[in-house]
Amino acid sequence: MEQNKLSMVVFSGDMDKLMAAFIIATGAAASGMEVVMFFTFWGLQAIKKSERTGKSFFGKLLGFMLKDINGVGPSKMNFGGIGRWMFKKMMKAKNVAMLNQLRDMAIELGVKLVPCQMSMEVMELTQDKLIPQVAQPVGVATFLEEARNSKITLFI
Amino acid sequence: MTEQMKVDLVLDLKGLLCPLPIVKLSQAIKDLPVGAIIEGIATDPGVMADVPAWAKASGQELISIEQRDKEYRFLIKKVK
Repeated sequence: MEQNKLSMVVFSGDMDKLMAAFIIATGAAASGMEVVMFFTFWGLQAIKKSERTGKSFFGKLLGFMLKDINGVGPSKMNFGGIGRWMFKKMMKAKNVAMLNQLRDMAIELGVKLVPCQMSMEVMELTQDKLIPQVAQPVGVATFLEEARNSKITLFI
Repeated sequence: MTEQMKVDLVLDLKGLLCPLPIVKLSQAIKDLPVGAIIEGIATDPGVMADVPAWAKASGQELISIEQRDKEYRFLIKKVK
């Protein structure tokens, strides 16, 4: 049955795309919608703690490169972190909410944050490396079930 | 007309950009009783489209919205 719900796949780990995702999520929640965000692959960085991850050699290598929500850079013009720094400065000057504040707001508004089990497995991320507000990991069938009952579905 | 209405809460949204005006509005309205009237004052031109859209989506009543100089003022009545 269709509910007043928004379900979103957050695939990207880019700062700008994550901003779009969290702005839409908070806006929807503020308008009385139920919101579920599924984090997969690079998107997992948005709900990751600032800790080293990985078990195997490659897993540790990946863990070394993965960022947390404050460390992710824009999809264009990052220039090794300068772009991120510049965007943050400009956003602060314009009084735009930072990515971590948007995530806090989403949590406060009751947005459900759900990680993808398979990509956690591949990237060697465990539940204890994710922020505590994150739900138990799920698979594609759970997303599809939520999406089937949603008015809006998005892939970011 | 807007001058005579009894406002229960004045919400200062000046300097805030999307999505903060509607997030703050939704949080503020939660604590008020049904029938209460909120006056919002914002500087983000986006509220002219977003506040009516928010009211429609969340089922609250938009009484008025207008631009005065560089400020945008609106009245929302909590109906549910």
